[in-house]
Amino acid sequence: MKKVYVNEKWCLGCHLCEYYCAYANSGERDMVKALTNLQIHPRIQIEEQNGISFAVSCRHCDEPLCVKGCITGALTKQDGVIVIDKDKCVGCYTCILSCPYGAISHNETGAIQKCELCTKTAEGVPQCVKGCPNGAIVFEER
Amino acid sequence: MKYVIIGNSAAAAGAVEGIRGIDKSSPITIISKEKYHIYSRPLISYYLCGKTDLQRMKYRPDDFYEKNGCSCLFGEAAIKIDKGKKAVLLESGKEVEYDKLLVATGSSPFVPPIKGLEKVNKKFTFMSLDDALALENELGSEKKVLIVGAGLIGLKCAEGIKDRVGEITVIDLSERVLSSILDSEGSERVKKHLESEGLKLILGHTVSEFDESSAVTDSGEKIDFDILVLALGVRPNISLLTEIGAQAGRGIKTADSMETSIEGIFCAGDCCESHDVSSDQDRILALLPNAYRQGEIAGINMAGGNAGFDRAIPMNAIGFFGLHIITAGTYDGEVFEKSDEKSYKKLFCKDGYLVGYIMVGNVEKAGIYTSLIQNRIPLSDIDFGLIFEKPSLMAFSRKYRNEKLGGRIQ
Repeated sequence: MKKVYVNEKWCLGCHLCEYYCAYANSGERDMVKALTNLQIHPRIQIEEQNGISFAVSCRHCDEPLCVKGCITGALTKQDGVIVIDKDKCVGCYTCILSCPYGAISHNETGAIQKCELCTKTAEGVPQCVKGCPNGAIVFEER
Repeated sequence: MKYVIIGNSAAAAGAVEGIRGIDKSSPITIISKEKYHIYSRPLISYYLCGKTDLQRMKYRPDDFYEKNGCSCLFGEAAIKIDKGKKAVLLESGKEVEYDKLLVATGSSPFVPPIKGLEKVNKKFTFMSLDDALALENELGSEKKVLIVGAGLIGLKCAEGIKDRVGEITVIDLSERVLSSILDSEGSERVKKHLESEGLKLILGHTVSEFDESSAVTDSGEKIDFDILVLALGVRPNISLLTEIGAQAGRGIKTADSMETSIEGIFCAGDCCESHDVSSDQDRILALLPNAYRQGEIAGINMAGGNAGFDRAIPMNAIGFFGLHIITAGTYDGEVFEKSDEKSYKKLFCKDGYLVGYIMVGNVEKAGIYTSLIQNRIPLSDIDFGLIFEKPSLMAFSRKYRNEKLGGRIQ
């Protein structure tokens, strides 16, 4: 299955992946409208320090602790992609407790959010990859 | 092969999914006292406050049993296991034969004898959907509620009914709220928050006597109530197994495979013990993620696979009126604290490992700490100063990151 992989040697720390992610998941058709004056809550997030930077998003683990620990059954694995049913999620954050990568976050709605490989966005393929100007994020079979 | 599961909660779901990962066709029978489609017990408080409903609180989809080839004996209580005959005897007189049996009977509310308790008509426990529905029937904007127990169950109940009753008093013998998962400072922060939300807390006291609609505390204070909720703790349901000689401490003892001391009989969930790797002790870890995982491991082994349960630790993610709390492991060893007005964090380190943590308020990326405890990652392998500031993958080696995030290793 194709997944998102990052190569920190090529990451510029430009944060464009975060903006493309937030835009793709906003449902807005206009990027300016989607991002202007809003605090964005991207599902991919850059860690950076002392000239090192890299993007972190869901690894879609083979043994997903978030899915196994989810108290509601809102997190499931479908065709290899770990997806969240926001209607079922009550925001208990057991998945935030469980994820070894810190790849699950939350936003103002109370439900949690995570990378679903853009399976629910209009584009259908990971927009962080498309937005990365240096090829540090790839979507490929390994 | 005939699989039988007693119980219909998280461990049962884990077992069904564990079995079906290997054995797609042998019959699975699920026996449950409750008549409901599998639901998530921790959601009963969310149900009462309207954050979920009966449909959405189903732990698995409507076609779960059908899709997995399970026959359900619901509304049936298992009263005896005949290990010679390999059969479960039900209260109705039916007998269910098994080749592999999973006992996932959970736990029950513990109600100690308290003087006058029998005089109280409107009294409830808070563990099952039936408990929540019975309590819901009594709610009303003028009602006064007394909850005995300021632990996870009592306080979640309080949050669930807060906007549907007049006033709530919570009493606990402990001086602290959530004393099972928080230290004193953490408790103090949560207590202040609960009080600011309008809960009345009476800590360090107990009820010495009840009358029909009032209680008198050990300090002589009288508390009037319309509804009484008893949330004093739980006891594992282990008698089916102890009666036939299964090894038990407080809970049923199992091997890493979740098999009990009786061949062919497995146990998972709140009725069995786990080995807590953070404290190196056997204890009951009555947590949903633990129950699911144990059930899954049991299912895999019941179906002839090979899996072991070996990374258990206590862990809780819980919130009250918007204040989030995540805790894990054991509070022992050297303490590192980082707190401000909004958030409280403590890390506990022992013998070069992180063994426990408490986060109240900001709980972002807490799972990175959890993984350090569960996987026993030596702190000498990471940048502790950095990870103490905030959980991050930056604190790990580049090699670790490359393995996890997928950069090519060179």
